[in-house]
Amino acid sequence: MNTLTVAGSLAAPPFQPPDIDYGLLLPMLVVFTAGVLAVLVEAFAPREVRRSFQVGLSLLAVGAAFGLTLVQAASPQLPETGGILVAGGTVAVDRPTLFLQAVILLLSFVSLLLIAERRVGDGSFAAEAAAVPGSEEERQGILAGREHSEVYPLVLFAVLGMLLFPAANDLLTMFIALEVLSMPLYLLCGLARRRRLLSQEAAVKYFLLGAFSSAFFLFGIAMIYGYAGSVRLSAIADAAAAAGGGEVLLLLGIALIAVGLLFKIGAVPFHNWKPDVYQGAPTPITAFMASVTLVSAFGAMLRVFYVAFGAMAWDWRPMIWVVAILTMVVGAVVAVTQTNVKRLLAYSSVVHAGFILTALAATSAQGLGASLFYLAVYGFSTIGAFAIVTLVRDSQGEAVRLDQWRGLARRSPLLALSFALFLLGFAGIPLTSGFIAKFAVFEAALAAGGTPLVVVGVLSSAVTAFFYARIIVVMFFTGADEPAEEPGSGAAVAESAHAQEAAGGVSVRTRPAPAVTEAAPQVEVVKPGLLSQAVIAIGAAATLVLGVVPQPVLDLATQAAQHLFVR
Amino acid sequence: MDSYAPILVLGVIAVGFAAFSVVFAGRLAGPRRYNRAKLDAYECGIEPTPQPSGGGRFTVKYYLTAMLFIVFDIEIIFLYPWAVHYQALGWFGFFAVLLFLVNVSIAYAYEWRRGGLEWD
Repeated sequence: MNTLTVAGSLAAPPFQPPDIDYGLLLPMLVVFTAGVLAVLVEAFAPREVRRSFQVGLSLLAVGAAFGLTLVQAASPQLPETGGILVAGGTVAVDRPTLFLQAVILLLSFVSLLLIAERRVGDGSFAAEAAAVPGSEEERQGILAGREHSEVYPLVLFAVLGMLLFPAANDLLTMFIALEVLSMPLYLLCGLARRRRLLSQEAAVKYFLLGAFSSAFFLFGIAMIYGYAGSVRLSAIADAAAAAGGGEVLLLLGIALIAVGLLFKIGAVPFHNWKPDVYQGAPTPITAFMASVTLVSAFGAMLRVFYVAFGAMAWDWRPMIWVVAILTMVVGAVVAVTQTNVKRLLAYSSVVHAGFILTALAATSAQGLGASLFYLAVYGFSTIGAFAIVTLVRDSQGEAVRLDQWRGLARRSPLLALSFALFLLGFAGIPLTSGFIAKFAVFEAALAAGGTPLVVVGVLSSAVTAFFYARIIVVMFFTGADEPAEEPGSGAAVAESAHAQEAAGGVSVRTRPAPAVTEAAPQVEVVKPGLLSQAVIAIGAAATLVLGVVPQPVLDLATQAAQHLFVR
Repeated sequence: MDSYAPILVLGVIAVGFAAFSVVFAGRLAGPRRYNRAKLDAYECGIEPTPQPSGGGRFTVKYYLTAMLFIVFDIEIIFLYPWAVHYQALGWFGFFAVLLFLVNVSIAYAYEWRRGGLEWD
């Protein structure tokens, strides 16, 4: 036994346990502990109490983590310029990271409210995810009023990964964070209560493509390690600065890592998963992915490209330029042809990723600040928009065909008005948050010499404004009683619908609807529960307030970005 | 870059050899005497798992078992280095591994409670 230890101590220098400042990791530890607890609750608690416990626990954990993040941001321990490296330098706590983490936690909280909503169409999540769609087992689960409460631990683990992703200060930690955030999302995508096959297809597609892009990311790490002899971001930056750049290994590594990250944000050559997955996933999860995952992935991308590859900006900037232009143009043009609301919002998310990429290419404090602000603003509007998508329903679940949204304003003016507000925000109309965010991003790109990017950005902005305006026209200026295909008087159409019902056609309506709704196939706007109302109200308030008085939050983002990331 | 040329040449030869021996050599020179064992699916030398009649589908139970196997397989990978350097790693290593084991057991407990270990 003695010889073993002697041999061990001869082979390597004595092991020094890393000094871990658990206080600085507390937000992540809280979320992780809550996730583990939630799994135990799933395993041992009776079914009736699980869901309410999970909702409380996850909201509490995310709220507590948000509070702790604020405490860290205000604490004197954090140096005015730069930040602190924790856990042997693998995790960085600095001002941009804290801003991103605070935004991630806030958006997660709002998403959790939407996920917990059960008043709308008996919930969004599958009763028996493992049952074959349409089987007797599934029917039994639905009849018993079940819903998978595993959703909450999965969301908590995803939030943990998302918190770690932008804070990771070496590439291996970043890879682990990427996997921790992706795995629960793959599962969550397959848990939709309605349209089970579409949901499972989305999950499989997301998983296969995600695993593929993770492999690219890992391969990039190997290349970078071969070049710099380290996976630490600052060591890579030093090695690149010393050599002057241009080496094949380094360039290959940058390209491969960029593929992995660009996949997660859904930039154009790697965007194909987005519409399919956003469409198939349960809508609250789509809201969660479209807002929080985007913030986290952009945070990580900003850190890698600003810290590790900052000295190489001249080498990778053309690549990001091409990707950004492609993303803005292709996203905007393809979105015009979409007739499905969820797919349309997915393509709109692709375009917005392109807008943020223009600021990333600036590699300046201004660009970083603008990106941070954009991410926060876009996240709130997105969750609000998807919350409204959950409310417009037909007998199949959500009514996502654009023509089913006809005349929405007449039936529920408030809902249509808030959706219009979100769309105007996405389009970047003044007095909405989207305008300020877009302005900040393009200003940063201009200051860094990205004039062509800004020109393309403004042009594709105009294209996106067209299809956002089209939805508004559909909701406000076309009646449900005048379908474009077969114009006729409202009464005649209503009569024909009655005739159809009498002939034993489709009639699953449970309560009488006004005659105006007869023409559209049983589309009804569900009365939102308290949670959905809160989500829509928060989204609308953020879109308006950040558009009218953006200065406090804009200042916060600018200050956070002032000294860039800690190295 | 020049020093890599022999590797490239070797690579080309290797690929050519593999392609030739798999695609042509066996077909040209090999005897073809089939029997039942040869036509069976090879499964680690044991009797192959019975397949459902008419289908190529395995029951989903195998998947759960395989998943559990992978989890504990990977657990062993982490335990071996820790066991070898137990004294050098000290209490830090002990608690790190303990935490890891606790987390793995929680996942295990979940699978057990959900009936993932019941075969029928």
